[in-house]
Amino acid sequence: MTLTPALLYALAGCALFAIGLHALVVQPHLLRKILGLNVSGGGVFLVLVAIAHRGPGAAPDPVPHAMVLTGIVVAVCGTAVALVLAGRVHRATGTMEPGSSPAEAREP
Amino acid sequence: MTPLAGVMLSFLLPRRAAGIGLATSAAVAGASGLFVAHVARHGATRYAIGGWGAPLGIEFVADGLSAWLVGLGAVVGLAVSAYALSYFGPHAGGHDDDEGARGRHDFWPLWLFLWAGLNALFVSGDIFNLYVTLELLGFSAVALVALAGTRDAITAAMRYMLASLLGSLSFLLGVALIYGAYATLDLARLAEASRSDPATLVALTLMTTGLMIKGAAFPLHFWLPPAHSSAPAPVSALLSALVVKAPFAILARLWFDSFASLNTAALAAWLGALGAAALVWGGILALRQARLKLLVAYSTVAQLGYLFLVFPLAREADTGFTAWSGVMFFVAAHAAAKAAMFLAAGNVMHALGHDELDRMAGLTRVLPRSAFALVLAGVSLMGLPPSGGFLAKWLLLHAAITRGEWWWVAGMLAGTALAIAYIMRVVARMFAEPSTPPKAAAVPASMEWAALSLATLAALMALAAVLPFDLLRIGAPVAGPLLFGGAP
Repeated sequence: MTLTPALLYALAGCALFAIGLHALVVQPHLLRKILGLNVSGGGVFLVLVAIAHRGPGAAPDPVPHAMVLTGIVVAVCGTAVALVLAGRVHRATGTMEPGSSPAEAREP
Repeated sequence: MTPLAGVMLSFLLPRRAAGIGLATSAAVAGASGLFVAHVARHGATRYAIGGWGAPLGIEFVADGLSAWLVGLGAVVGLAVSAYALSYFGPHAGGHDDDEGARGRHDFWPLWLFLWAGLNALFVSGDIFNLYVTLELLGFSAVALVALAGTRDAITAAMRYMLASLLGSLSFLLGVALIYGAYATLDLARLAEASRSDPATLVALTLMTTGLMIKGAAFPLHFWLPPAHSSAPAPVSALLSALVVKAPFAILARLWFDSFASLNTAALAAWLGALGAAALVWGGILALRQARLKLLVAYSTVAQLGYLFLVFPLAREADTGFTAWSGVMFFVAAHAAAKAAMFLAAGNVMHALGHDELDRMAGLTRVLPRSAFALVLAGVSLMGLPPSGGFLAKWLLLHAAITRGEWWWVAGMLAGTALAIAYIMRVVARMFAEPSTPPKAAAVPASMEWAALSLATLAALMALAAVLPFDLLRIGAPVAGPLLFGGAP
C-alpha cells in the first residue's frame, strides 16, 4: 500500500481525531473539552474528504461531501448547545472545571 | 406509508403551549398506531423519501423491530405527556416558580423534538441517517435534563453532552470508514456486501463503542445516573424508558442485519459478558443509593445489561428468535416499568419535597397509588409472573438453557437477586410505620394515574403476549422456533 495524498489526509484525520479525544479526556476545563471535540470532528471530516477522493483528475464522490456538510451543521449546533451549557455550569457552580468540584464526586 | 408522513409532518407545526403539545402527542401516538397496523398487515416495507432510492436518497424501513419500538414509544410517550401536563402545569406546586415557568415553555417543543428523533431513528435505513437522528436525540435529551435548572442537573447535562458528542463522533468516524470500504450507507446493501477486513472491523469497533457510550452500556455508563436522577421526573422517565434503547436498536440492526457474518462467538460473548457485568455492578450500586431517583437510575444501568445478552443468545438459529423476542419484550417491559418508577418517584418528590429513602416511612398512606405503582413496576423489574419482565426473562433463560450456556443463567439470576434486594428495600421503607405521619403536598390525580397505568401495563404485559410475536417476526434478522412451553 503506497502513501497516496488521500491516504495521508485520512491518516492525518485519524490523528486529529485521537488528539481531540485525548484533550477531551485529559483537559479539565470545559472549553478545552469542547474544543477537543471540535478537533475530533474536524478529523472525522478530513477522513470523509479523503474518502471522497477518486484518483487524480477524477471528479470526487459527492456523497461524503454531503455528509461533511451535514456533519458541519450538526457540529455547529452541538458546539452551540455545549457552549450554552458550559456557560450555565459556570453560572451555577462558579467554575469551568466541574470535574474537580465536590458535586461531581458522587459516583463511587 | 401515510402514518410516517403524519409523524414527520406533525413535528413541523409550531407548538408552544401545553395544549398543542398534548394534541400533537395524541396525533403522533395515533399515527404510530397506524404505522404498527400497517407493518402487521403488509409486512416489512421500505420507503424511499421523495422517491429517491438508495444509494443516493434516504430510505426508511418498516419492519417488526421498528414497529415494536415506535409502538412502545407511543404508549410510553402518551402516558408521560399526560403526566407532564400536570407536572409542568400552571397549578403545579412543590417546586419553585422559576423552574415551573421554564419547564412550561420549554418542555413541549423539546419533548416533541425528542420523539421525532426517536421515531426517525427507529425507521432509518441507512447509517448516516442514523447518525443524524442520534444527534437530534442527544441534543434534545441533554436540553431536557438541563430543564431542571438545578446545579446538579446542569453539571450532569454537561457531562451527558460531552459523552453524547464523543459517542456520536466515534460513530461518525465508523460510518466514514464503512462508506470508504463499501461505497454505500444503506443497511440492506451492507448486509449483502459485508466482509471481514481490517477497515470493517475498525469501523465496527468505533461504531459499537460510540453506541455503547450513548446507550450507557457498562462500563461506559458513567454519565447516566447523574443525568437521569437530576432531570425532571417526566424527562427521567423518557430517558430511561426510550432514549437509552435507541443506540441499542442500532447495535442490534448493525450486528444482526448488516454485519451478521462478522458477529463472531468471541465478540458476542464479550458483549454478553459486559451485559452480565452491568447486571451485577449496577445492581450493587443501586442497592447502595440513599435516594430513590438515584436507585432507579442505577437500576437502569443494571437492567440494560439484559439487552446485551441478545448478542450471544440470538446468534444461533435454534434459540435466535426466542432470545430476540425475549430481549424485545424486555425493552418494552423495562420501558413501561422504569417510566412508571420515575413518574412515581416524581410524585414522591412532589409530595414530600425529597426522595430520600430513609425518610419515606408512611408513604403508602399519603400516596397509595404512587406507592402501588412502585410495587407493580418493581414486580416487573424483579420478573415475577405475569409481568412483562417475567416473560422476557423466561424467554432469555430458556434460550440460555437450551444452548447449555449456564454462565448467562448465573448472570441473570444474580441480576434478579440484586433487583429483588433493591426493590424490596424501597418497598420496606414505604410500608414502614412512621413515628409521625409524613407531611405531604397534594399530587394531581393525573400524575398518579399515569404512573399507575404504566406500572399496571408492565405488570400484566405477559397476559397479552400472544399477538406481538407475529409482529416481531416480520423482517426479524434471526430465525428459529419460539421455545416457550415446558419447564426449562
